[in-house]
Amino acid sequence: MSASRNRELLALVPVALLLTAGFAAVFAQNDNQLTNLSLSYGLYFLAICLATHIYIRIRLPNADPYLFPLMALLTAFGLVMLYRLDAEMGSELARDQANWFVIGLILFAVVIQFFKDYSVLERYRYTIALISLGLLMAPRLPVIGSQVNGAYLGISLGPISFQPAELAKIGIVIFLASYLREHRELLVVGARRFLGITFPPLKHLGPLLVVWGAAMFMLIFIRDLGSSLMFFAAFLALIYVATGRLSFVVIGMAMFLAGAWVIYHTVPHVTDRVDIWLDPYQDPSGAGYQILQSMFAMADGGLFGEGFAQAMVVIPGTDAPLLPAAQTDLIYTLITSELGLFGACAIIATYLLVAARGFKVALLANDGFSKLLATGLTTVFAFQAFVIIGGVTRVIPLTGVTLPLVSYGGSSILANFILLALLLLISDRARREAREGI
Amino acid sequence: MNARIVKLFAFIGVSFAVLVGFTSYWTVFDANNLKNERVNKRPLFEAQQIKRGRILADDGTVIARSVAKGSGPSLRYVRDYPEGDSYGHPIGYSFVEYGNSEFEAYHNSELIGDENEFSSIIDELRGKKPEGNDLITSIDPTAQQTAFDLLGGQPGAVVAIEPDTGAVKAMVSVPPFNPNDVPTDFSALSADPSRPMFNRSTQGQYPPGSTFKLVTAAAALDSGAITPDETINSPGSIDVQGHPLANDFDQDFGDINVTTALTNSVNTYFAQLGEKIGTGTLEDYMTKFGFNSKPQLDLPDGQMSTSGVFDLENDKLLTGDDPIDVGRLAIGQERLLATPVQMAEVAATIANGGKLMRPQIWDKVKDPDGRTVKTMDPEVQSDVISEETANELTDAMQDVVNEGTGTAAALSGVDVAGKTGTAEVPDKDECGGLPNQAWFVGFAPADDPQIAVAATVECTDGQGGTVAAPIAAGVMQTLLGE
Repeated sequence: MSASRNRELLALVPVALLLTAGFAAVFAQNDNQLTNLSLSYGLYFLAICLATHIYIRIRLPNADPYLFPLMALLTAFGLVMLYRLDAEMGSELARDQANWFVIGLILFAVVIQFFKDYSVLERYRYTIALISLGLLMAPRLPVIGSQVNGAYLGISLGPISFQPAELAKIGIVIFLASYLREHRELLVVGARRFLGITFPPLKHLGPLLVVWGAAMFMLIFIRDLGSSLMFFAAFLALIYVATGRLSFVVIGMAMFLAGAWVIYHTVPHVTDRVDIWLDPYQDPSGAGYQILQSMFAMADGGLFGEGFAQAMVVIPGTDAPLLPAAQTDLIYTLITSELGLFGACAIIATYLLVAARGFKVALLANDGFSKLLATGLTTVFAFQAFVIIGGVTRVIPLTGVTLPLVSYGGSSILANFILLALLLLISDRARREAREGI
Repeated sequence: MNARIVKLFAFIGVSFAVLVGFTSYWTVFDANNLKNERVNKRPLFEAQQIKRGRILADDGTVIARSVAKGSGPSLRYVRDYPEGDSYGHPIGYSFVEYGNSEFEAYHNSELIGDENEFSSIIDELRGKKPEGNDLITSIDPTAQQTAFDLLGGQPGAVVAIEPDTGAVKAMVSVPPFNPNDVPTDFSALSADPSRPMFNRSTQGQYPPGSTFKLVTAAAALDSGAITPDETINSPGSIDVQGHPLANDFDQDFGDINVTTALTNSVNTYFAQLGEKIGTGTLEDYMTKFGFNSKPQLDLPDGQMSTSGVFDLENDKLLTGDDPIDVGRLAIGQERLLATPVQMAEVAATIANGGKLMRPQIWDKVKDPDGRTVKTMDPEVQSDVISEETANELTDAMQDVVNEGTGTAAALSGVDVAGKTGTAEVPDKDECGGLPNQAWFVGFAPADDPQIAVAATVECTDGQGGTVAAPIAAGVMQTLLGE
């Protein structure tokens, strides 16, 4: 299927062009002159993508041709925004991120190399689930755990800090896909109707309650509303796809809302987050500062944006942030402020295209596990984008998850390229089987 | 499972549509509200990055300029006022933390260059930061300084207007403030009981006393209620609305015409004249002179006061329909309050043959390359009285200076026309026991008026003729000498 690989190669060209143009624009803004360095950044990026493309061509010739270029596009977009922040703040975020991108692609290759038969993952599903839960709890451990804005999101080991939730999301999706593949029939057959609502059988309800419990646990102990929402949404999506019972989703949502309501009234950090979401003006220079500044910066953006590298990120003449965490939480705001509603829509459209290709992989897959795994991975990716974009636009309370591949952060890059590797593995097998007429 | 996967994708599509919806709301539909939000400092920071234009006096003296601090993305401009407190009023200040005031506030959009959208787009394409326009005022630095010197620290105000254009040549309020001190001493300046940040020229509401007799005389002559030669018997004391009203020293003037009455500022004459023309007519003429609404100066409405008859207890402006003692109003009493700029407008109207020109402080707008973009076009604010009436009043006002209460305003070689006023301050205790608000309004030369002035001194034991007249004369002499 070299045709699809050629399409992939072709799709990478605009990505490299975008990156070159973006870097050139930052250069033009800051030095009023164009140096060939920006051009070489584009070429360098293209070279790395080309190497990856050749690797995919050899190892996964049948895989979906658009997923990798789309993810490379998001990464390139993030790199340009980070480079623009570097130019203003003298940081080296873009270089770090580029390094993480290379490491991410190496990991991508490693996963493809060793998990060509990804069904082995099914065998270790409980181990994977346990490791994932362990990762989620790690930020609460003494010494290595660290707290950011009241949420326990990271662990730090010496100079390296890491957001374990990023990796855990893949592990948990693998577990859920595997578990539901095996139990979905039982969940449907044994279901009972009570008061007009179909309930899953009690025997099989246990593990699902565990997942719900895990989500609640995360809310209470990790205090991370964003990750909790993201995991639980992926869980409900998988339940729905696996069983076709919308009532299970409704019950799950009711349970989540009930739990969230209790936690809202008992865990002060969650209470603050929600209250600030409902009325950020109650503390405009404190807890409400970030979300208000996000809204104000978007208002400055308008339809077409203020122009590249034109938005104010720090208070002029000081180091005080005007867009707090512009490189992570508020990167979508920064994009909206500089490229306007159109730029924002372009980003959202790109995520939607990734989701479309991801679900396409799930549609083409032949076995239940592959279908559920592709669905779960795609959903968790798309929902992560929803949670953070929704957070900065005040659709939901603002939380600290990253905008996949765009936000600064090594763990996010690594996790998402593992996710991409798995999707391409599923895709390659499905399309090969389709071609061979199985 | 495939149908359910498609449904799931549809659900994600809807979720993303919600994100697009919210983003559109903040970027487009609610953007203006957000930009005007009080806690949103972005517009201020943006303004700070624009090189605000300079403000100049009519001879090119730099009153306000922007000084660059820092460089690159942290470049910002801070306002500097080289002349210190000389132009604190009416120019005001402009600082990110404290906002804009007075002239700086009124002309903000020109000073930050909002006016020329088109050239700013071109500049942006050229990578050039937008720059504001320079504003040249009509203020004469020498006259401004003379007014300060002659007030000599006495609280009060001086306003000088060119009668035929409305150009403001001097506007002084004492005590003054130095706009350079605003960033460091804002709260101290605001709390200072002597109110240095209060522009007495435009905000100070004072009883105008006998200077208001000009308005009464103008209304009577112009409406035809009296002829110039018609006489009214003016005894030492009369009863007005059941209360006695007397001349100074109870002097009996007998049968006198309006010129004699103005020259000697005869209370009993004007009280009767007021009752003769009635509240309605007097009110109409007051409105034409500019009373009963904010001055049409190029200053923010919030920093100007209305002149008129006030019910002070309810802070309400009274109209001709309210019960007003017109006899006392005619002599500048009866809860009548006027700003110095309003009284300068009265003098300027008579000087300009009965036409009130809209008073303006700005004269020209120049773009950063020095090209004149806009020039003040003199505009008639209202046709107040006929030229004939104006000439009759001018003659009477010349008598005031030549032989009446205003002799201290006389200048050698130039005929001055004017009117003095000495009002009782509403609250002596606030004035440290000093009883009078002294006034002089006038113009010169009487036959070809070049400048009209109102000068007032708060809380003095002197009279309009002794305290205010010499100040007005000095300012007129300075402006005519150039």
